[in-house]
Amino acid sequence: MKKPEEIFEILKNKFPDADIQIDLETPTEPIISIPPKSVHNISLFLRDEEELLFDSLMCLSGVDDANGEKIKQEDDSEIIKGGTLSVYYHLYSVSLKHKITIKTSADRENPEVESVEPIWKTADWHEREAYDMFGIIFLNHPNLKRILMPYDWDAGYPLRKDYKNPEFYKGMKVPY
Amino acid sequence: MAIKTEEMILNMGPQHPSTHGVLRLELILEGELIVDVIPHVGYLHRCFEKHCEAMTYPQVVPYTDRMDYLSSMYNNFGYAVAVERLLGIEVPERVEYIRVIMGELQRIASHLVAIGTYGLDIGAFTPFLYCFRDRERILSLFEMTCGARLLYNYIWVGGLSHDLHPDFVRLTRDFLKDFKPTIKELNNLLSYNKIFIERTANVGVLPLDTAINYGMTGPNLRASGLAFDLRREDPYSIYDRFDFNIPIGEGTHGTVGDCWDRYYVRVLEMYESIKIIEQALDKLPEGDVTSAIPKRIKPPKGTIYSRVENPRGELGYFIISDGSLNPFRVKVRGPSFISLELMGELCKGHLVSDVVAVLGSIDIVLGEVDR
Repeated sequence: MKKPEEIFEILKNKFPDADIQIDLETPTEPIISIPPKSVHNISLFLRDEEELLFDSLMCLSGVDDANGEKIKQEDDSEIIKGGTLSVYYHLYSVSLKHKITIKTSADRENPEVESVEPIWKTADWHEREAYDMFGIIFLNHPNLKRILMPYDWDAGYPLRKDYKNPEFYKGMKVPY
Repeated sequence: MAIKTEEMILNMGPQHPSTHGVLRLELILEGELIVDVIPHVGYLHRCFEKHCEAMTYPQVVPYTDRMDYLSSMYNNFGYAVAVERLLGIEVPERVEYIRVIMGELQRIASHLVAIGTYGLDIGAFTPFLYCFRDRERILSLFEMTCGARLLYNYIWVGGLSHDLHPDFVRLTRDFLKDFKPTIKELNNLLSYNKIFIERTANVGVLPLDTAINYGMTGPNLRASGLAFDLRREDPYSIYDRFDFNIPIGEGTHGTVGDCWDRYYVRVLEMYESIKIIEQALDKLPEGDVTSAIPKRIKPPKGTIYSRVENPRGELGYFIISDGSLNPFRVKVRGPSFISLELMGELCKGHLVSDVVAVLGSIDIVLGEVDR
């Protein structure tokens, strides 16, 4: 059983070039942030390293940080320019019984994150959901398409903070 | 000259009675053998997560009811535990005990639906009626407590909406006394039935490592032979005070992790739930159930991932608070969502008629898949 701080040290030693940080300020759980383009390597290490063995991905969530510049539109709505979209990974080790939260942030304009589907199969639908709701592109995902929304939904990504309902969807009125 | 063959695609659902809701399965067939199953979900998408961002913390509770509508009590429970952890508050003893009693009653009710409809899918009609007869009594107990039969809004952050009815304890004991023999009856009628075993044993075998890699939890994972139960593994509420076993699949009639094992783990779990309820009723303390409910819920800035053992597996709430009255983000990790992902893997190489047997055995609720 390892504490998040110890796991952070192990990661830091193994990947000296990557920008890995730990946030101990959060009151409930420390969060380790990693760069979006090293997600695959670090995840593979987390799963296979003998003293870590994170064999189960509990949850993968997309989040809109809404930390960009907010621009008021003419119709009083807001759009957000710049800032980041994040992905949170909650990992658990069934054999060693420790858990950890990993976070990675990508640019809002070009949100590309490496997929962990080859490592934990369960990520398949989680990542499709994050793509569907936030438009986060998961590189090397085998089947990245919408899952909960209609496949041909073209009015944006609903869980982004600046999402606006379209007037019509295929000739049908949307707001009721 | 070889005969030219090609794969056939067959759509099952979205209005198929055995898909337990609105689910479309795209079956890719080679003759009668299944090459792949592709689930298409989203027909019941109700924007739960988007709604939460516009609600205050207590206002989210009724929405959680509507996700997994067969275990609403447990969804309330999971949400309350998550927000309480974020706030760092304790709830009174009586509240904890009542929550456990309600949670376990809900587990029995939910498993009864799973078992009853599973029999129905396979072609046995009578066990379904037996199960629903007993489930009705649990629903009546819930109705007596909070006035609703399906969507309760009962477990609130920091407490409960009502105290127990004065007759609740007596009627629950009566129910448990009557219920134990009916499980035995059900076993004789369905579980050990030759036809039922033929249909389910050795079908849809799920090896343990695949199950973990695919994030399977709850009875489906335990049927593959791992005693993994969050009530033990990652204790929440007061589950560490009760004495109960964790049933696992043993491959009694076939291979470990087949449909029969997944079914039978649920039957055994009902016995364990009875044990927990009996212990909790014995120790139920007096007290006020609404005293610890905060007047204004405004958690500090931070994140929490909190998980509980729902009748179907790990129900996780990931909540981000930005220090305001509304949650910044709520993500729900529903066990059905994850289980459904495995359909293709489980059905490969089986016959078309086995799809219904596999789908019934993983026990999904579409309300939670789509949210």
